[in-house]
Amino acid sequence: MPRVKVARKSTAIDMTAMCDVAFLLLTFFILSAKPKTQDPIHAEVPASTSQIAVDENDVSTVLVAQQKAFFGIAGVDLRIQTLKQMGDKYKIQFTPEEIKVFSGTESFGVPIQSMKQFLSMSSDERTALKQPGIPVDTTSNNELYNWVHEARVADKLLHNQEMKLAIKGDSQEEYPTIAKIIKTLQKQKVNKFSLITSLRTVTK
Amino acid sequence: MAELDTSGGGKKGGGKVRSKKQSTRVDLTAMVDLAFLLITFFIFTTTLQKPKAMDLTMPDKDEKQDTRLPVPESRTMTILLGSKNKVEWYIGLPTKPLTAPIVEGFGKNGIRKSLMEQGEQIKQKSGGKEMIVLIKPSDKSTYSDMVSIMDELNIIGNQQRAIVDITPIEIGLLKTSNIY
Repeated sequence: MPRVKVARKSTAIDMTAMCDVAFLLLTFFILSAKPKTQDPIHAEVPASTSQIAVDENDVSTVLVAQQKAFFGIAGVDLRIQTLKQMGDKYKIQFTPEEIKVFSGTESFGVPIQSMKQFLSMSSDERTALKQPGIPVDTTSNNELYNWVHEARVADKLLHNQEMKLAIKGDSQEEYPTIAKIIKTLQKQKVNKFSLITSLRTVTK
Repeated sequence: MAELDTSGGGKKGGGKVRSKKQSTRVDLTAMVDLAFLLITFFIFTTTLQKPKAMDLTMPDKDEKQDTRLPVPESRTMTILLGSKNKVEWYIGLPTKPLTAPIVEGFGKNGIRKSLMEQGEQIKQKSGGKEMIVLIKPSDKSTYSDMVSIMDELNIIGNQQRAIVDITPIEIGLLKTSNIY
């Protein structure tokens, strides 16, 4: 009598489809990922219930923490134009090499006189450097005023639009520092800007 | 789960020497493992949440006096921001406030409750006009206090507000309340 043989099935599963899916997802995440931009100083932003999202590629940011001010200009072309104008204003000639480095700098906080030195550093040195912040004095030496002003002029020139500005402040920052920044902006009739906050749910 | 080569092993006597037929299937397990590991990494590192922003409009610093509008004091609530995340508020003028200054904290039982109550009262008294809120941050307050109070006003939907410089009388008020 012939015995009924149970067909022995292989335990190996076809992984091809799974592999396809995995790599498809991987590609999506790699392409959608934006490298996290390292701020030169850490600022713990305060929470609010505001739901308006900001596009950081479109908004120039004044970063305020530890009584220092940093300025981040949105967009590579705008950065180049702003640096050229600042060079003209302060009679500093920037080499094409330096302009290239500056166009890749997201946010900076050095006085204009040490800008050349700052741009000649290697990127590691620049990250490690404790930047002193842009001088914001209520008197004549208000470099932040000039930076914001030149950036606005440049944006008008390049894109014919009013530059959007945001303040990203550390939540424990004392108010006088913030007031100084706001006064600087108001002096050039910038009365409307955004405050960058993190999301908090409303407790009813 | 590597596959075992189960094709014939030993040679049979006699016949031609045949080259072994190799399977074309590659073991993909390791590759899938790697792919998922990388996916996990990218999921964790990407920040899906974009930063949020609150719009702030400051009053125009106009030097000309004639463009300024007088503010009715009965509809004005002044909020002073002191130290230790405390606020102090009153209605009217600092020299003769219509309500005694009250020290409060943030949150739904703190300033938000007062804002809502006062807003309602002022609306009834003035015949439907909205309360005007003046925010005066002192030098001892922090940035988060300012954002919090603007946020409270956003929550209750008040549009008539402004951030104004603090006066020495009001600093004196904060000092007597021990939050300066």
